[in-house]
Amino acid sequence: MKLQDIAIARSGDKGDRATLSVIAHHLADYPLLERLLTAERVKAHYAGVVLGEVERYTLPHLGAVHFVMHEALGGGVTRSLALDAHGKGLSASLLGMDVDPQSKA
Amino acid sequence: MKPFRIGAGAGYAGDRIDPAQALAERGNLDALVFECLAERTIALAQLRRANDPGHGYDPLLQARMRAVLPACVRQGVRVISNMGAANPEAAGQAVLAVARELGLPRLRVAVVTGDDVLGWVRAHDVALMECPGAARASELGERLISANAYLGAEALLPALATGAEVVITGRVADPALFLAPLMHAFGWHADDWPQLGQGVLVGHLLECAAQVSGGYLADPGNLDVPDLHDVGFPLAEVQRDGSAVITKLDGTGGRVDRLSCTAQLLYEIEDPARYLQPDVVADFSGVQLQELGPNRVRATGASGQPRPAQLKATLGYRDGWIGEGQISYAGPGARERGALALEVLAHRMRLLGLGGAEQRAELIGVDALHGPGLGADRTPYSTPYEVRARLAVRCASREQAERVGQEVEALYVNGPAAGGGVTQSVREVVAVASALVPRQAVQPRVQVLELGAGPGAGLGA
Repeated sequence: MKLQDIAIARSGDKGDRATLSVIAHHLADYPLLERLLTAERVKAHYAGVVLGEVERYTLPHLGAVHFVMHEALGGGVTRSLALDAHGKGLSASLLGMDVDPQSKA
Repeated sequence: MKPFRIGAGAGYAGDRIDPAQALAERGNLDALVFECLAERTIALAQLRRANDPGHGYDPLLQARMRAVLPACVRQGVRVISNMGAANPEAAGQAVLAVARELGLPRLRVAVVTGDDVLGWVRAHDVALMECPGAARASELGERLISANAYLGAEALLPALATGAEVVITGRVADPALFLAPLMHAFGWHADDWPQLGQGVLVGHLLECAAQVSGGYLADPGNLDVPDLHDVGFPLAEVQRDGSAVITKLDGTGGRVDRLSCTAQLLYEIEDPARYLQPDVVADFSGVQLQELGPNRVRATGASGQPRPAQLKATLGYRDGWIGEGQISYAGPGARERGALALEVLAHRMRLLGLGGAEQRAELIGVDALHGPGLGADRTPYSTPYEVRARLAVRCASREQAERVGQEVEALYVNGPAAGGGVTQSVREVVAVASALVPRQAVQPRVQVLELGAGPGAGLGA
């Protein structure tokens, strides 16, 4: 099972920081998101892309975990050399992460 | 008391116009807000104004006004927008010209200025944030183009008090464009922090228009969105206590539900408990989103703390040039030929003295978006049918930047076999930095322009 099967994701930009929200289709899957998506795990997923720290905020009542990823946008949207300077596509990348069904139990 | 109905007519400068017209005509609205200023939009508009003193406002201003003014004037819907960009006065005159052309009997446009703090920033040599290579404004010298503080809703209240049908501003915090008419309608005070926090919530949910009503959400098979070609722009029905229902017009595409609203709630927010705004530090950590029925979500539970002491300002400055070229390869060995093209280009950049310049050389379809770790080295993606080689180089001059695309084009004759579809581009980089300025640095003013009359007296805010 992939993260895509249980959640949606959206990323945005703030200077050289990318914001990333992951939201469970069903609130019942939220605890799995919270266990799986630690700041460390997310930072490891984006190794080589996100150069700075990753902060996490949790919103259990909305089924959402939210990340702020520092030094993630090639110096910032306005001066970046990147094709996707806004980091809009960062969110979709995370949805390919494997979710261990065992950890759902 | 009946709820205040407020709609979003644009989520960014280039957004669609027909959904805004539909909201104006069928939304039974009290106010329609167009948020059209991204971070560097004002700096780019300032460059246009330097070429033509009558310009420097949103290029789609007239088209939008032609589409919505007839219905808005007929139904008493107030139009509020930051489409004034670098020249709100000229934008106000342009709105009057459209009204004249449409044959409207009368119209008043309140123009809010005072966000321009370029003089103050220069005089006080402010400290810069998020600006590689410069710690203070003076270090940018003549490269500095613009400096605009984010005004709050407070600066718009005198404009709304004039009764003008249209309010045009320059830089204003995006949610404040929505918060201001709510404060005006409900008589919220500048220190009603929880209500202001709830008003900011409404503004933030609406400010990106379709992003809360089904746009930017579809993922076929995982999340389907009905009639995405006709996604309806959102509106909120707001109660006096600030609680609101987010919805959209019947018969439009899209979807409004917990997922769409949560995705927008958190979009480009950092700490959800501390969303810094000029009018309040909004707290979204306790927000509840309750699905009331199809395409109706009740948003409650935002709060607020006293506003920050200082205002944030965005500075636009010239930051060199970017030269770019792309070329495509297909068929067996496409990836290898694309990689060889990038190798050739690396040699050519060294010959041109650009070997040490900051650059990105990548294969679209393999590793352009997220690098090799997430792209090229993953087996399902390792042998694409086609790739597009892309080289982008940071350059000091336009001439240098032009050479980058020319070298990519030269691959037609000199590079690997069967490359095609070259594009090249050169652009001057207008980058942005941030700074904090004291509230005394801004002096918001309101001027009322009237159809058929001369400019009204300026009203100090």
